[in-house]
Amino acid sequence: MDILKFITAGSVDDGKSTLIGRLLYDSESILADQLEALHSSNRKNDDGSIDLAILTDGLKAEREQGITIDVAYKYFQTDKRKFIIADTPGHIQYTRNMVTGASNANLAIILIDARKGVIEQTIRHSFLVALLGLPQVVVCVNKMDMVDFSEDVYNKIVNDYKVLAEKVGLKNVNYIPVSALKGDNIVHPSLNINWYNGDSLLHFLETVTIQVDDSKAHARFPVQWVVRPQTEELHDYRGYAGRVSSGSFKVNDKVTVLPSGFNSTIEKIELLDKEPQEAFAGMSVTIHLKDEIDISRGDILVNTQYQPEVSQLIEADLCWMDTRALDTAHTYFIQHNSKVTRCRIQEILYKVNINTLEKEYNEDFKLNDIGRIIIKTAEPLAFDLYQDNKANGGAIIIDSRTNVTVGALMLRGISD
Amino acid sequence: MNKHQLNYLDELEAEAIYILREVAGQFEKPALLFSGGKDSITLVRLAEKAFRPGKFPFPLVHIDTGHNFIETIEYRDAMIKRIGEKLIIGHVQDSIDEGKVVEQKGKNASRNALQTVTLLDTIAKHQFDACIGGARRDEEKARAKERIFSVRDEFGQWDPKRQRPELWNIFNGKIHKGENVRVFPISNWTELDVWNYIRREKIELPSIYFAHERDCITRNGQLMAASPFLNMDEEDVITSQNVRFRTVGDMTCTAAVESYAYHIDDIIDEISASKISERGARMDDKVSEAAMEDRKKGGYF
Repeated sequence: MDILKFITAGSVDDGKSTLIGRLLYDSESILADQLEALHSSNRKNDDGSIDLAILTDGLKAEREQGITIDVAYKYFQTDKRKFIIADTPGHIQYTRNMVTGASNANLAIILIDARKGVIEQTIRHSFLVALLGLPQVVVCVNKMDMVDFSEDVYNKIVNDYKVLAEKVGLKNVNYIPVSALKGDNIVHPSLNINWYNGDSLLHFLETVTIQVDDSKAHARFPVQWVVRPQTEELHDYRGYAGRVSSGSFKVNDKVTVLPSGFNSTIEKIELLDKEPQEAFAGMSVTIHLKDEIDISRGDILVNTQYQPEVSQLIEADLCWMDTRALDTAHTYFIQHNSKVTRCRIQEILYKVNINTLEKEYNEDFKLNDIGRIIIKTAEPLAFDLYQDNKANGGAIIIDSRTNVTVGALMLRGISD
Repeated sequence: MNKHQLNYLDELEAEAIYILREVAGQFEKPALLFSGGKDSITLVRLAEKAFRPGKFPFPLVHIDTGHNFIETIEYRDAMIKRIGEKLIIGHVQDSIDEGKVVEQKGKNASRNALQTVTLLDTIAKHQFDACIGGARRDEEKARAKERIFSVRDEFGQWDPKRQRPELWNIFNGKIHKGENVRVFPISNWTELDVWNYIRREKIELPSIYFAHERDCITRNGQLMAASPFLNMDEEDVITSQNVRFRTVGDMTCTAAVESYAYHIDDIIDEISASKISERGARMDDKVSEAAMEDRKKGGYF
């Protein structure tokens, strides 16, 4: 059994929380005491049925406001697969949460209200999903019950969305007409939508191939920790602990340590009392090299044959996540894998208006802004292009004054 | 499933090991909060995978209410002996003796709420900058929204509206002096995942997790272990029941469930079919729907 991680993106009124609630409810993933709390809650739909959105609304403030204000994680499983849902908010001021949820997902569900069609926030969400490089998208045209389950309405929305998908660069897009409120095509096929022959949403999620987006990426192993027991019997033991971020390493592979550039060969791979011959993307192991080299946290082992870019001047897409605007005069920290170094945003090339997708110049970079910048780092980074290797192409910016994460970076190349 | 796709338990394990190593790499004085429950026992196993043959780069910390199940304490001491790591114990009794907290009165008196103060004092005394805990997002709605690295201010408070964005696998552990970070390596595990992992790894657990005969009373519709710590009166009738515990907390607030699950396979079957979630067996959560959120803001997990 494997795990599919997905996000749901839609506006406050698109019925996103209801859709997740429906998935959990109809797949019988809700336990008795939670169900009891659900039934005893005062919140009901207009027709008196239980409000499934309560299942994902976690915080007092949002119960008061009736909106989802943060990323909420939900877990369920069927006999085919385990699922992790990041329920991300649709409000414009919470773009940063959607970026957060999307950064760890394999698939995005984009919700469109059948009565409204493709609107500004659909553009916004689709742009973000493309920017973060999610390999799969399912467009759920929701509230089909409100448009008399009309095939024409559905087809128009699908055609409009295809234009948008092309524009923002989304490739694997599937479409499903649903009613989260009534349950049509969520878990069970809809009797009201007989003109649709495709999968229900759950069936689709259970059977879609999980794109391991970094499966073609080259071998990368950021060192997190050096294991050196320094006991009498293990006097010379020196293992490099970390998680393979992409590709695969085998015993006897030639590796290069970056940024220093020293070469060596893998002697042994360990996981407690096991010694696997190969470690591939996602595995946490300890690697031993044949040569004694000075390696510490922040260094990265790579396959000698396929090396990443190494530079201190990098062009990147930036999503700003702090209420204090980006200050090009301020020195921030950048964290890339296990490496932290100081940095400055040397130049803002442009911002993207995520509602119209137009480029804007000479503007301040404020909360939820997205655009292209050039960053200068105090020490060189060994990175891959985000579109080729998400794990080694993403980084965060930390404000040295507040220690808060203020920016997400998708590294796009060396700047000349 | 392709050749390079990890099985879900391997993926969860690898993620947790990665998080533990990030704690080791980013903090100066981390600690692992050990309750004696299955989740923190799982963390110990994961720490062995992350750091052996080296020592753990942190001590284990147990906040002892003084009202623990004797089986839990025996398990704890035997485990510490086996793994050879340092254990620091914070006693709620000390906080009571120092007048920092006042013992609750009445029939439902429990030391569960008092341990927050002892925990915060222990963190301050040892200047821990990161505390690793076994909380999972599937336990409760408020937990579902918490980050894996969750920053607490100097009062131990969690502010759900000021959480740091957590992108990809990059965890920002930078903090100001006086602040600390709660770290939850098994955030993405469910109760069933933990049990399946314990079975796969053949991890030993305190005996109270398995069905046994025990003197119990029924209170607020739940079975509670009869003990000197529970304020009982003539209305409480002690009966012998076949029970087990789904969590290992303070004896005064951890309810038993009737069970004939004597082996781990029985437990996994029982949970798979169960209609009550794990926290449903904790009396303190029943107080109000917002109970967990309030306690988190106050510095409890």
